[in-house]
Amino acid sequence: MALTTYLEAIRQGIWEEMERDERVFVLGEDVGVYGGAFKVTKGMLDHFGPERVVDTPISESAIVGAAIGASYLGMRPVAEMQFIDFISCCFDQITNFAAKSRYRWGAGVPIVIRGPSGGNTHGGPFHSQNVESYFYNTPGLKIVQPSTAYDAKGLIKAAIRDEDPVLYLEHKYLYRRIKEELPSEDFVVPIGEAAVRREGSDLGIITYGAMVYNALDAADILAKDGVETEVLDVRSLQPLDENAILETAMKTNKVIVLHEACLTGGAGGELAARIAEKAFDFLDGPIIRVAAKDTPVPFSPPLEEYFLPQVDDVVDAARKLLAY
Amino acid sequence: MLERKTVSQTKTKRSKISKETKRQLLHYMTLSRRIEHRIERVLYRQGKIVGGVYVGRGQEAISVATAIHMLDNDIVAPTHRDMGIFLICGVSERRIIAQYMGRKTGVTQGKDGNMHMGDLKHNIIAFVSHLGDNVPVAAGAALTFKMRGQDNVAFCYSGEGATSRGDWHEGVNFACVHKLPIVFFINNNQYAYSTPIELQMPVKDVADRAPAYAMAAEVVDGNDALAVYESAGRAVDWARSGKGPYLVEYKTFRMTGHSAHDDAGYVPKELFEEWARKDPIERLQKHMIDAGELTAEGIESMENEITAIIDDAVDWADKSPYPDPEDCLKGVYHEGR
Ligand SMILES: Cc1ncc(C[n+]2csc(CCOP(=O)(O)OP(=O)(O)O)c2C)c(N)n1
Ligand SMILES: [Mg+2]
Repeated sequence: MALTTYLEAIRQGIWEEMERDERVFVLGEDVGVYGGAFKVTKGMLDHFGPERVVDTPISESAIVGAAIGASYLGMRPVAEMQFIDFISCCFDQITNFAAKSRYRWGAGVPIVIRGPSGGNTHGGPFHSQNVESYFYNTPGLKIVQPSTAYDAKGLIKAAIRDEDPVLYLEHKYLYRRIKEELPSEDFVVPIGEAAVRREGSDLGIITYGAMVYNALDAADILAKDGVETEVLDVRSLQPLDENAILETAMKTNKVIVLHEACLTGGAGGELAARIAEKAFDFLDGPIIRVAAKDTPVPFSPPLEEYFLPQVDDVVDAARKLLAY
Repeated sequence: MLERKTVSQTKTKRSKISKETKRQLLHYMTLSRRIEHRIERVLYRQGKIVGGVYVGRGQEAISVATAIHMLDNDIVAPTHRDMGIFLICGVSERRIIAQYMGRKTGVTQGKDGNMHMGDLKHNIIAFVSHLGDNVPVAAGAALTFKMRGQDNVAFCYSGEGATSRGDWHEGVNFACVHKLPIVFFINNNQYAYSTPIELQMPVKDVADRAPAYAMAAEVVDGNDALAVYESAGRAVDWARSGKGPYLVEYKTFRMTGHSAHDDAGYVPKELFEEWARKDPIERLQKHMIDAGELTAEGIESMENEITAIIDDAVDWADKSPYPDPEDCLKGVYHEGR
């Protein structure tokens, strides 16, 4: 069977949902004729027609606002941000209109906002950001980030079927680098469930997105010293699979929280706090966060490499923690 | 409400433009073309450029023949196809090439790349990718000129696509309410990435938006450097004399893909052919030759001079170091006391 890339998995997921449910449609900049800047919507215009593949002006607020409006009338819009960095332009629609709608007046907003996030591609400060923390403090939004092709497909399908607004954060570094064989039958990955990527009992690395691979590489290196590392892929930040996180913490007693977003105010603080509150008695050392530096994403390769959490940074943190 | 003027109504005599000014325009337009060519078609392909490349091929007259009207202390907020502005404002070719190569000696010292550069010493506000964001910011600079009673002008640039952003409209409205000394220069190259103008706006011209803000506006052939020069002069004089904002829309064409990786397969070939015949550099050269203001040898020596400038810049940039990794941490906040 052919291998499916992470990018193709997202495309297939949207495509199959559009086939399954005529209420599903996509909208965004250059999604039609061009098939999207990264080709996630390639071929959709020809297949589904311009009513369901809507090319928009450069108006992120209108893209998300229109998705919200359509969802009130029963549609299931999938809104694309050309780069997730541009989501700041529609912050208000997302955090105020979409997120608070159900709570205020009972009107659900079943929309998906998706787009390429993350760095390691020399995109500079405006084409590399990880935006989850801008939104993490907003109840009413769901936030997911797949790391595998299977999850990319299963989570986009789950997001489209979800009754609430879902921020679906793709990692552009993984688009064409990650591939695997996918089942031919329909499947979803439920939102709110973490996945153990590697089992171990000496050390736990709790992470998500592209950093799952840094964690796995670090685990390989540590294994040479006989350290058994568990790698937990959170997959969904909101809702959070707290049980899975606590299980890893209680099992390994030593936890690293790893993410590609900046350290301060990042999601890692929330994960660490939950563990500290609920599994304190099981810990044999401090919870260590490994994350990007507290700076904008720099452009030049040596700067970006320094900025991003590297495998060695994880290994170093692990060695410190293991010394406890 | 101000009526929008049309090109034919505003055509003034070209004879007023001096030979020296025309030579300057030609020099900067050719320099822009050649430097971007070197970046996009040579260095990028050699793998020496970091990140994406967006060029203004075919649109050089707009950046050059507008920004040439800047006086001391005027401010400019360019967008992503405005190489000419940096050159006119005196940013060195060496620093520009180093910027594209991600070197420490680049305009942003490797912190950012390509057109995402600025330098207040040269009166340039750095562009952020988020289109339209530069408009309210330029309005703020114009507000300051007004507060201080300074007869300076803010030069603000957007593509036609950027005018779909809410920030664009907020900035323009604010500037018009307060009659600020600002000129909005629009390069309407008819595409925003793959999106043609019909899918961008329901009006025929961007300038059609101006009456809603009671703003003076006109539409000009952006590939006619002299028409660009004249119209920009009118607009800047208007703003400088306290009459408020002015919008000039330049019709042009993006003679390349959106960026270096885009083959622009969605653009009908005939459009490229049609606009190739309207090339702004060739047109200005022909005008000057016909007027006896330029010779074939003159063109050749200008080209040679420019090649030497670029060779030197590339050589210098290529020998420049990359930033030190720890430079990553510098400059997030004010350093010093
Ligand atoms: C807010 C925002 N959304 C999307 C983009 C991605 N993007 C970069 S350039 C571009 C097209 C710009 O079109 P236009 O304003 O006409 O300028 P041109 O590139 O044609 O010169 C797009 C969509 C962006 N930079 N900013
Ligand atoms: Mg354009």
